Amino acid sequence: MGWAIALHGGAGDIPKDLPPERRKPREATLRRCLEIGVAALKAHKSALDVVELVVRELENCPHFNAGRGSVLTTDGTVEMEASIMDGKTKNCGAVSGLTTVVNAISLARLVMEKTPHIYLAFDGAEAFAREQGVETVDSSHFITPENIERLKQAREANRVQIDYTQPIKKAPKIAPVPEGDQIGTVGCVAIDTQGNLATATSTGGLVNKMVGRIGDTPIIGTGTYANHLCAVSATGKGESIIRATVGRDVAALMEYKGLSLEDAAAYVVEEGAPKGTVGLVAVSATGEVTMPYNTTGMFRACATEAGHTELGIWSSESNE
Amino acid sequence: MGGWAIAVHGGAGVDPNLPPQRQDEAKQLLTRCLNLGISALRSSLPAIDVVELVVRALESDPLFNSGRGSALTENGTVEMEASIMDGPKRRCGAVSGVTTVKNPISLARLVMDKSPHSYLAFSGAEEFAKQQGVEMVDNEYFITEDNVGMLKLAKEANSILYDYRIPIVGLESCGAAAESPILMNGLPISVYAPETVGCVVVDGQGRCAAATSTGGLMNKMTGRIGDSPLIGAGTYACDLCGVSCTGEGEAIIRGTLARDVAALMEYKELSLQEAVDYVINKRLDEGKAGLIAVSKTGEVACGFNTNGMFRGCATEDGFTKVGIW
Repeated sequence: MGWAIALHGGAGDIPKDLPPERRKPREATLRRCLEIGVAALKAHKSALDVVELVVRELENCPHFNAGRGSVLTTDGTVEMEASIMDGKTKNCGAVSGLTTVVNAISLARLVMEKTPHIYLAFDGAEAFAREQGVETVDSSHFITPENIERLKQAREANRVQIDYTQPIKKAPKIAPVPEGDQIGTVGCVAIDTQGNLATATSTGGLVNKMVGRIGDTPIIGTGTYANHLCAVSATGKGESIIRATVGRDVAALMEYKGLSLEDAAAYVVEEGAPKGTVGLVAVSATGEVTMPYNTTGMFRACATEAGHTELGIWSSESNE
Repeated sequence: MGGWAIAVHGGAGVDPNLPPQRQDEAKQLLTRCLNLGISALRSSLPAIDVVELVVRALESDPLFNSGRGSALTENGTVEMEASIMDGPKRRCGAVSGVTTVKNPISLARLVMDKSPHSYLAFSGAEEFAKQQGVEMVDNEYFITEDNVGMLKLAKEANSILYDYRIPIVGLESCGAAAESPILMNGLPISVYAPETVGCVVVDGQGRCAAATSTGGLMNKMTGRIGDSPLIGAGTYACDLCGVSCTGEGEAIIRGTLARDVAALMEYKELSLQEAVDYVINKRLDEGKAGLIAVSKTGEVACGFNTNGMFRGCATEDGFTKVGIW
């Protein structure tokens, strides 16, 4: 029992020879976010507050595909989306198609708390943001040179990518991108000292996505889900996560089939979706944590009150 | 068992004082759409084609809240959404924020079949529609006098209304017809998603499919998305079954209603009807909703905790039923 937290910065075909200058800043951010989350939990903040605050940090970091650092649509713009869910009440909030809101996850929370609705998108969401006085900036704030390069590559290869392929300066000899070359998305799940669960997920989506494309992240039950048993945040190929209703399935396996958190999550990741398409972080009501993925790697970190801490990208003991 | 089966719905949450003539109109429409589906099934059309064609017919008729006859946003415009799912490989397609596409369900199908994505919304969905050459009309096409009146009343009452298709004679009768606002998310707003439409089918080969389409809540905030386009919430289909929901969107989303029917069959090995009953009784908390479902073995089931649900169903062995209460 006790508090527990897990967070991710995306699952995908993260190459093992990822250069240090790309790996270290991300590891540092994961570490920093974990520390922030743990401190908040120790200070008895609610799980909902903790997941929001950690995801805000991840959104603000330009190295992950959310908020600043979001990947670009086929038009070279950003369209961000996020969702948040409170396990205790199953209240939830989601947003899509944001272009100027600095922290999508906070707007999702406001949708949950300040409107009679669950999900607002595009112009309506942007208008709501202004009504609520949340921080907005010019859209260029979110765009990084790396992502401009990624878009260029994706266009050249004429495909929709999910992040993490390296933006390279010279003509890339691109190995055919496997169906599962994907990542993107940040997320956090937590259980607080009162035993309440919560989850939050945020993303810029797919590189070169069609304008208006919505992924799994804002769809409650797929990319994000929490109830009294567990909290889940998924990452990977949105279209696969939607079909597999990943978030809800982890909880349903626990509830309807009596599986443990670890077994439920492993089942969903191994049997529920094609290889190379999904990863997730999850915590249970009894303070367990699990972070399975069927991709090459997943940026992730976790900590429990019992003292277990982990931070990594690939599998440490290759018993995958 | 086995054989095809089909169910259609035109929304859960019905005015107990709905005039008989309106009830008849609704039943006639449901019957007509059911028969369209039955003919298609008899011609061996696959489930995915049947659900699409039935929902198109429901969208094209102004009676229920989808396509023509959609509820209006706070701005007096129409923003439609829909989703479709093909059981065998769980392929899916969804659209939201559609304003000029005559049949949103067909656009959702094109997203599934012709785009690399599962869900397109707003200007992106409209742009895709243009590229695909689907039939497009002005937003006015979808707006009916009835709904303009309803919106006005909703604004005056400052709430989101039941979308009763009752003739408007004045505030008094509306006040009488609309029950006192039900709390949702702690706010005094009654949030029955009025008359979303849907269809679920299992064909002669045991393939299931589901489709749902709606204009959403009367007086909704522009940009509001409900359960209908959300896979797992308003719509779901897999090997075992096909499900389409209607009612309070927010409750359906939180309860991941459509997916749960299938999950109960899959993980708890409940029968179709048991799963439907479980979901309606246990997954809605204070929420109000209804759903229709079919199983791959040719069963059909429906459930609702509202006072009524416009629905119709039929199975290959000759069973047919159309009802409201």
